Amino acid sequence: MEKPRPLWDNPLQFVFACISYAVGLGNVWRFPYLCQMYGGGGFLIPYLIMLIVEGMPLLYLELAVGQHMRQGSIGAWKIISPYLSGVGIASVVVSFFLSMYYNVINAWAFWYLFHSFQDPLPWASCPLNSNHTGYDEECAKTSSTQYFWYRKTLNISPSIEEYGSIQWEQVVCLILAWLVVYLCILRGTESTGKVVYVTATLPYLVLMIYLIRGLTLHGAVNGLIYMFTPKVPKIPLLFSSAIAHSLVLQLEQLANPKTWINAATQIFFSLGLGFGSLIAFASYNESNNNCERHAIIVSLINSSTSIFASIVTFSIYGFKATFNYENCLSKVILLLTNVFDLEEGALTADNLDSMKDYLTSTYPNQYAELLPQIKNCSLEAELDTAVQGTGLAFILYSEAIKNMEVSQLYSVLYFIMLLMLGIGSMLGNTAAILTPLTDSKFLSTHLPKEVISGIVCFINCIVGLVFTMEAGNYWFDIFNDYGATLSLLLIVLVETIAVCYVYGLRRFEKDLLLMIGHKPNWYWKIMWAFASPVLIISLFIFYLTDYIRTGTLQYQAWDATQGQLVTKDYPSYALAVIGLLVASSTMCIPIGALIIFIMKRLKKRSVSTLE
Amino acid sequence: MLGVLLLAFSLVTIVHSELCRPDAQNAFKVRLSIKTALGDNAYAWDASEEYLFKAMVAFAMRRYSNKETTQISNVLLCNMTERVSFWFVVTDSARNMTTVPGSEVEAAVRMNRNRINSAFLLTDNTLQFLKISSTLSPPIEPAVPVWLIVFGVVLCLVVVGILLLVVSGIRQRKKNNHESAETGDLEDKCDTPVTTENGIPCDILDLKAGQINGVYAADDERFTPL
Repeated sequence: MEKPRPLWDNPLQFVFACISYAVGLGNVWRFPYLCQMYGGGGFLIPYLIMLIVEGMPLLYLELAVGQHMRQGSIGAWKIISPYLSGVGIASVVVSFFLSMYYNVINAWAFWYLFHSFQDPLPWASCPLNSNHTGYDEECAKTSSTQYFWYRKTLNISPSIEEYGSIQWEQVVCLILAWLVVYLCILRGTESTGKVVYVTATLPYLVLMIYLIRGLTLHGAVNGLIYMFTPKVPKIPLLFSSAIAHSLVLQLEQLANPKTWINAATQIFFSLGLGFGSLIAFASYNESNNNCERHAIIVSLINSSTSIFASIVTFSIYGFKATFNYENCLSKVILLLTNVFDLEEGALTADNLDSMKDYLTSTYPNQYAELLPQIKNCSLEAELDTAVQGTGLAFILYSEAIKNMEVSQLYSVLYFIMLLMLGIGSMLGNTAAILTPLTDSKFLSTHLPKEVISGIVCFINCIVGLVFTMEAGNYWFDIFNDYGATLSLLLIVLVETIAVCYVYGLRRFEKDLLLMIGHKPNWYWKIMWAFASPVLIISLFIFYLTDYIRTGTLQYQAWDATQGQLVTKDYPSYALAVIGLLVASSTMCIPIGALIIFIMKRLKKRSVSTLE
Repeated sequence: MLGVLLLAFSLVTIVHSELCRPDAQNAFKVRLSIKTALGDNAYAWDASEEYLFKAMVAFAMRRYSNKETTQISNVLLCNMTERVSFWFVVTDSARNMTTVPGSEVEAAVRMNRNRINSAFLLTDNTLQFLKISSTLSPPIEPAVPVWLIVFGVVLCLVVVGILLLVVSGIRQRKKNNHESAETGDLEDKCDTPVTTENGIPCDILDLKAGQINGVYAADDERFTPL
């Protein structure tokens, strides 16, 4: 007698699980950056078009496959066609790579969260040097938040070759992060289903608080205006109204192919397609669950969260830029006041330029000596420092938070939100690995579910120790940039083609009719059969040509002597690791098909020899 | 008589201007930012404040050397600007026309910096002695770092949660094994209370959609090859 497959308690748990998985750190730290780079408001047009062409159909496809086959990714693709079991294995391998490095982000979030209980915040000021006469040298060259990130948190080495030692503080945070993930997935859907109520809703609460706080900050409007103006050289004003002018500029960005490519890529990776997590989640559904409606809901919520998060990010950004700009101005004013012994308060931000001219004319020699020290403070330059990724989340936000009142509260809220987003995504990743493992009869008869989860978490934790070394962040970047990108495109392409052409679109329609009660309409069919595969193929070709054209791959290393990032080339063994990462997941597909082909041939030959 | 007085006065001023000049030996520049520090409560810098400053420097010298030789008249101020900034030297009362070495003045000021600051309601940043670096106070470090305490609390909660779930899972499994051993005995004797079809319990099959038979769905070769 088989044990019944565990199910979600109600469809809401499933929707929350999908939202929790899809809404992750990328919504907070990648989308605002893209919005800023490609024209602000204008970027929304390609983004929404890609959502309709690519996001919703592919999400619906994965959910339907999982719900119908009621197996993890390996089993589901085996049912579609035995030659495609390699696709399932490739998904598991990619998920494994992702879970290895993704939990390190949760470890960092824990680190910052624990340090948020101090007053004042540890990244608010530089530490003193050894004889207490001034600030630490490295910290003085850069800012206190960057110092806290690069030196206190990562203790980063100057290059990827210098491994350094393992940082015990990061190790304990990583162990804690894995223990938390284990606690959530221990009982399978029973425990995951309850956890996703929290991980899906808490980030929205915090984002709402930050929205209200962010919009009321001084200088937030500067950030919002900046987000909605595209970065093109000023063309002559053809229209009388400024709004119409800015609209024209935004629409001009649409002609840039990079805009469309980045929109497509963002939708693709933001929804987490191809990892097998969505298939795993859907496999725990009742057979008659309306996955079409859920697919539309999840993808819309994911995209609107991105837009919501970017408004919050940009108001915070504007606040930080305005604060730094005003600081810079007051430093210049102080310098001029001191050197020329002017009365206090004679120089203000308003009369600075006219006073500068006056001083140049009255004391030309002294002013010329002073000129290298006088920085040209520019709000545009502060806003232009576009950041994405861990830089945005940990450096930029912590810098903005330290200048707010009651900074401890906002800091705690923010890092709890990051944790919820990260853990939500980790639940999906581990589900993608564990569901095929617990589905396989061999493993589930010998080991209980808890032990399999424990072993997977333990292996991931041990491998994750690599990222806690001094050079760990550079390996993290390798995994982040190359571990999943190309492989996922290939996996999803094969998935779409398999369902439409190998399994057959008509058969799939009939299955959907059985499950949800009506056939998919022409929009879904056209997207699945033509639009999405074509789009994925073009993305794939673009990325391949981009990698080939750039030649050597480079990375950003932190130079402690200068206090900033410098570009370096990867050594050969790092390049080998990158190649291995990409190859190990993509090769699973053809190798899997080949193995099944050989096995069938051998079976046929043995059958025919018997006759 | 008048001529002698005039001569003495001009000598004194010449001496003063020789001893106290910008960048003179053993002279220090002082810069005050009263408006920045006190805002609306800022006081005006006048002769009385200068007198207080001389008194404070003399006090610092007395405290440092533990001799009561420095007088207020030994402290010379010059080059007052609107900023408010000026230069000062401390002359040696024992020897005429010489200034106290800069290192002594520096040490004296450093030792009594707090007293000098509070006399003027200012801080190290707003009452600056250029060339005399101030000792910055390090932040207060508690005995056990705060983050370790919070980490310990969270770790304990998580470990307790895991243990609870694992133990309850083991207990449930033991109960199930017990029950299935009992039902196993029952099955031999009478009909199974749970209806099954092909080894799958009926309550799972009881769906509108029915159950997918993997054999038929997966088989690519619908027709047996000849």
